[in-house]
Amino acid sequence: MVEQVMTNPGAIESGGHMLSVRDLAVEFGQDRGSVRALDGISLDLRAGRVLGVVGESGCGKSVTARAILGILDRPGRLVGGRVLLDPGTSAEQNLAALDPNGAALRAVRGGRIGLIFQEPMTALSVHYTVGNQIIEAIRAHKTLSKAAARAATVELLREVGIPRPELRIDAYPFQLSGGLRQRVGIAMALACAPDILIADEPTTALDVTTQAQILALLRRLQRDKGIALMLITHDMGVIAQMADDVAVMYLGRIVEFAPVRRLFAAPRHPYTRALLRSVPDIRAVPRARLATIGGTVPHPGARPTGCAFHPRCQEMIAGRCETTAPSPVPAGLEGASCFHAESVVQEAVV
Amino acid sequence: MLNYLARRLVLALITCAAISVLTFVIIRLPPGDFVDAYIANLASNGSMVSAEQAVAMRHEYGLDRPVVVQYALWMGRVVRGDFGVSMMWRRPVTEVIGDRLWLTMAISVSALFLTWTIALPIGIYSAVRQYSIGDYIATLLGFMGLAIPNFLLALILMYAGFRYLGLSVGGLFSSDYAQEAWSLAKFWDLMKHIPLPACVLALAGTAQLIRIMRANLLDELRKPYVVSARAKGLSELHVVLKYPVRAALNPFASSIAYLFPYLVSGSIIVSLVLGLPTVGPLLLQALVAQDMFLAGTIVLLLGIMTVIGTLISDLLLMWIEPRIRLRGRA
Amino acid sequence: MSSTVSSTMSAALADDRMAQATQLQLTWWRFCRHKLALVSLGVVALFYLIAIFADFLAIADPHATDARRSYVPPQGIHLFDDGAFSPHVSGLKGMRDMKTFKLSYVPDPSRKLPITFFAHGYSYDLFGLIPTDRHILGIAGGQPVDGIFLLGTDQLGRDLFSRLMVATRISLVIGLAGVSLSLLLGVMLGGISGLYGGIVDTLIQRVIEVVRSIPTIPLWMGLAAALPNTWSVTQVYFAITIIISLVGWTELARVVRGRFLALREEDFVIAAELAGASQLRIILRHMLPSFASHVIAATSLALPAMIVSETSLSFLGLGLRPPAISWGILLQDAQNVQVLAGAPWLLCAAIPVILVILAFNFLGDGLRDAADPYG
Repeated sequence: MVEQVMTNPGAIESGGHMLSVRDLAVEFGQDRGSVRALDGISLDLRAGRVLGVVGESGCGKSVTARAILGILDRPGRLVGGRVLLDPGTSAEQNLAALDPNGAALRAVRGGRIGLIFQEPMTALSVHYTVGNQIIEAIRAHKTLSKAAARAATVELLREVGIPRPELRIDAYPFQLSGGLRQRVGIAMALACAPDILIADEPTTALDVTTQAQILALLRRLQRDKGIALMLITHDMGVIAQMADDVAVMYLGRIVEFAPVRRLFAAPRHPYTRALLRSVPDIRAVPRARLATIGGTVPHPGARPTGCAFHPRCQEMIAGRCETTAPSPVPAGLEGASCFHAESVVQEAVV
Repeated sequence: MLNYLARRLVLALITCAAISVLTFVIIRLPPGDFVDAYIANLASNGSMVSAEQAVAMRHEYGLDRPVVVQYALWMGRVVRGDFGVSMMWRRPVTEVIGDRLWLTMAISVSALFLTWTIALPIGIYSAVRQYSIGDYIATLLGFMGLAIPNFLLALILMYAGFRYLGLSVGGLFSSDYAQEAWSLAKFWDLMKHIPLPACVLALAGTAQLIRIMRANLLDELRKPYVVSARAKGLSELHVVLKYPVRAALNPFASSIAYLFPYLVSGSIIVSLVLGLPTVGPLLLQALVAQDMFLAGTIVLLLGIMTVIGTLISDLLLMWIEPRIRLRGRA
Repeated sequence: MSSTVSSTMSAALADDRMAQATQLQLTWWRFCRHKLALVSLGVVALFYLIAIFADFLAIADPHATDARRSYVPPQGIHLFDDGAFSPHVSGLKGMRDMKTFKLSYVPDPSRKLPITFFAHGYSYDLFGLIPTDRHILGIAGGQPVDGIFLLGTDQLGRDLFSRLMVATRISLVIGLAGVSLSLLLGVMLGGISGLYGGIVDTLIQRVIEVVRSIPTIPLWMGLAAALPNTWSVTQVYFAITIIISLVGWTELARVVRGRFLALREEDFVIAAELAGASQLRIILRHMLPSFASHVIAATSLALPAMIVSETSLSFLGLGLRPPAISWGILLQDAQNVQVLAGAPWLLCAAIPVILVILAFNFLGDGLRDAADPYG
């Protein structure tokens, strides 16, 4: 195992592996054959560290989150890979092998792994008060009296920075602002003090100021509780601000994995470079055009041959990239899945 | 909430008024009146009625007054509970109708409950287990219910019962009880006879509601709050019943409001086929004979009962559906 | 590998085709994916073909009575005679029941009547224009009592198959006429309601609620019974059409209003408004194309209700009156269980009723899905 370089100076000491995903594969059965949405995803979540997962829409970020928890929507189904909770310990469990509706996996959902959603309005039911929905999450895992669960909920709401929580607990989601709703969403994910948190684009639906507040809150909670956070986003800015390590996804595969500093300083994959070029820069030449990535994300059912990125790649090696796929990034190692980067991978390993 | 209640009540009153006017207009539409029909009837039996006698009869029944006055007179008496005399039977209308109205309502209400209790679980099952064998069977049943008009179903069942089982399927009472006064035994006899017509009536509505419930629930099941409920670690049954089913009930509920009139409607024609002692056959006879007070009273009472039934199911819904309560509060 | 390339290519081609297609083409493509709806479209088309060629398909005069051949059971066509292809039916012979001494006519296999195609029969006007007496089938020779009774005869000895053909025309046309009237009412009132909103909308919505909370069958019965006995078949026909459409318009109005309200908020409509397009132009050019398919779907779903309404009314004896022939009138003969037990073939009119309702429902479902893949 290669020792990861400590890149984020503010990070508390990184703990052991909490969750190891290996070769995760998900297919969506459709009319004509099935479409592979995830193709061999390997990730590690470690205590006290933030793993950023970045990529364009449709690259499989959210599917990864759902596949880990075993809550894929039909017609999606897990077709391979392991999701190891507490890997290497005596308590190791392979979540992918558990019955998705069984008690064992349900105890993990919400109990060990919390999930924060992109759109807090639609992720909360309008039919029940926020208190009802959080209390339910607590009582699903702990035997607590209603009164005790309610008291705990008020505390949770206070912790996520909701003013006057004893009143807000009886509010319906539509009576709260977007920022408050996302705080409720975070409180719900934290209800049973999980040590792993997956945040699926937690700030995308919020305005910029609220976004900063929510990120700060997430950062504080994650550090205070030593949580292993998987932060899914398409926003390189959020990655720079939050992540310790970054996995770049393209069409259901991880194309590059690196600590955040190294990723920004020396991106190896042309796709990562293209993503970074398309971030607006305040120091840019005025009126200069913002770089975009040419073309669109292909449909997963019409996956290009060879390296999936080659039709959009500016550094494509003719005769090689369109026929042969570069080797994937080895699990847990820094590197990129690109012919240009293969030499670099070797260096990192040595 | 009070607002909603008041709105419903006012609407119900307007509907009743509209029904009363419509009823009266319908009865007054044909050229000629009861006396003409009566005379024609007598003439076909060989008796003759003189012109003076006709005028006297018209005067007796108030048929020589302006239409508006006739309506006002009729309504005035109706409000006091006096529905007039059936010209065909020469007995008070209420007496002629007797238990028939209550039996009509009993069948319709049974069908309503049957529809709800069958459609809701099957609809939920069909959506949750989409494309399963059970779903296909439910869909098939749904289409059958949709495609076979209830009078045809009654006809087919009656034929099958007669042909293959040798029983007569119609009626609401065994011959022993038909003429008896009400007793516990007669009530029990009625209970034994009600399921068949209730099922015949309920099939179409059930099919419709299953489709509505299934479609709504399928929509709801795709929404993020379902995923978020699953992510909490709740059991699948708990997730489905607490969240998407609750949300899918809303459009389901509003379609229930129109179910009751539909069932009452259907009961009329099914009664005719199955020979049930409801108001159906009586209404047909009265209409053919242009027995104005009898037909009018039946249509009016049916309409009003339907409005009341719809109102009650609305109130029930308000009680179970928090969004309506909330809307009132907001 | 090459298959992946070609699938990429075809996907790209499909994308091009999609991008250039009109709203109507897109809807049609989506519709074609519903196999059941496509089959239903075929069934509906077949039924309307029957309606158009009803007289040609009829074998005997549907009004011709002959008391001798009362309740003749359905007769099969024998295709071969002594191994040679020679389609024929059996003639009828009188038989006296030894218990009841009633004379009834039953098939007599010894008398073979050859079938002729495009035979001469009763006179009619094809498409209401061309006078002819050709019918699809006929028999050569035989006695007046003989005939081809594919579905048997009724009490008065009329050929049920021929009556069913003619009934199909009347029942389908009355449904179409009723739905057209409903459509007119529904689109007008729903459109006004959705377009103007405010007090007009509230008023129309309340009217719809009132109409929908009235039990319809007693209402129809009342209205239909109010039609004077002296009216001609045609007058009754039109009156019944109006009656059944009076109740059917509410659902269409609801759909149209809903679409209007939704579309009014759509960006492309607001953009057209800002560009200064006239209201008429916005409605005709921008809104109509995007809800036409919804209206077609709703119409297709409303049609079976119309047909059932007419069938129910005629079944009760309050709708069309003999000598008019409709499915309801044919079923009226099947009302009595005793009669039905003796002549179950009288129920055959139920089959087209059920088929047509199913076909229109599947068709409507397919159209609705095609019109609104997200809704």
